[in-house]
Amino acid sequence: MKPVSFIYHRPQQLSEALDLVAELDNYKIIAGGQSLMPMMNFRFVMPDHVIDLNQVAELSHISKENQQLHIGSMTRQQAIYSSALVQEHIPLITQAYSFVSHRQIRNRGTFGGSLCHLDPSSEQPCFTAALDGVIEVASQSGTREIPIANWTAMYMTPDLAPNEIMLGAKLSIWPKTHGWSFMEYSRRHGDYAIVGVAVLVSLSTTSTIEKISIALCGIDAAPVRLFDTEKALQNQTADEGAIRMALDEIEKLPNIMEDALNTSDYRRHLAKTLTRRAMLEAFERAKKRMS
Amino acid sequence: MDLHRIKVQVNGKTYEREVESRRTLADFLRMDLSLTGTHLGCEHGVCGACTVLLNGNTARACLTLAVQADQCEITTIEGLAHADGTLSVLQQAFQECHGLQCGFCTPGMLTTLTELLNENLSPTDAQVREAISGNLCRCTGYQAIVDAALLAAQKLRDQRV
Repeated sequence: MKPVSFIYHRPQQLSEALDLVAELDNYKIIAGGQSLMPMMNFRFVMPDHVIDLNQVAELSHISKENQQLHIGSMTRQQAIYSSALVQEHIPLITQAYSFVSHRQIRNRGTFGGSLCHLDPSSEQPCFTAALDGVIEVASQSGTREIPIANWTAMYMTPDLAPNEIMLGAKLSIWPKTHGWSFMEYSRRHGDYAIVGVAVLVSLSTTSTIEKISIALCGIDAAPVRLFDTEKALQNQTADEGAIRMALDEIEKLPNIMEDALNTSDYRRHLAKTLTRRAMLEAFERAKKRMS
Repeated sequence: MDLHRIKVQVNGKTYEREVESRRTLADFLRMDLSLTGTHLGCEHGVCGACTVLLNGNTARACLTLAVQADQCEITTIEGLAHADGTLSVLQQAFQECHGLQCGFCTPGMLTTLTELLNENLSPTDAQVREAISGNLCRCTGYQAIVDAALLAAQKLRDQRV
């Protein structure tokens, strides 16, 4: 299996890369290449040009600014997984990466590559959704910010114009005492999730919910947030009743995707089971950190 | 044809070659450098047989372009043994524990476990299994491979004291 012939470009600076995407037709950007290379090897994708961002150092960084973590698009998944800064401020991300593929893939694979590839079962758009992520993109004419809720244009297609490149994402840091959980089910360790769920919760001193965020992957083209439940649970007790409310919203979700192996009903069942477990774990962690 | 001149260091030896942009690192190693120890199973990143160390970290050689490896240091299975041909501690442990049968997955297993043991000399059984979760073996049932990794870790710890 060999990719078709293409012209390879290796910009050293972001400005050079932006010039290339403005000028070239039928190009593909290669980040880590862990999804693009198989697709090129299979010739599902046959680009005339491949633009390699691996030399553009300014796209690879993890930093904390105010109450947000900024992660550059070319940051390796393994670098995020093993980052003490990430673990300290958004442990949800660390737990989510424990499910992401294998070490060999994470060493090359990037955060931005995953967000642009936008597999509906990927953990990374899911935790980005749970954290109200804002994605920053650039073109020759400047930068713009896209909230994760508007990032998915359609199945595996981000709202990214052909002359734009993703710079990174800003992810909100929750209060120190928040609880979190990422759970998923897949047939083998490291596979894409059939369904995955990210939960963040922040409790008051009397164990009522101040704020909760629940995001699911493997349900639809875009990560699904349970906004109705989140709103209804404000000031409610973090207990079985709260969990039941989330499961009721999942029960009512229309059009859960299906494929040859996993029916829509099975995914719904998994979504409920995993959300229950993840909410329990997040509540428990929040209570422990509050005491 | 889109050709690029690249310079790589493979197992300590410098090579300069002209490669087509679509040449994968795996094909470059096997066909241009005749280093056929790196095996190609699936060519889409699932089986792990082509795993090499790229600047010290594991990478799938089938999912990396040769041109991307320009100026990089690469270690393949051929580079794990000592210069005089004696096996590395990990390779020796594979031999002692019967960690291979047909040997097809072995290059990827050894490079992957080399990275693990470089970082962690006291891995648990579960950590070894997770480390090789991206490497498929259809002969051993993995048990002997895990045994070999744990034995190698033990030997390396003993060497240190």
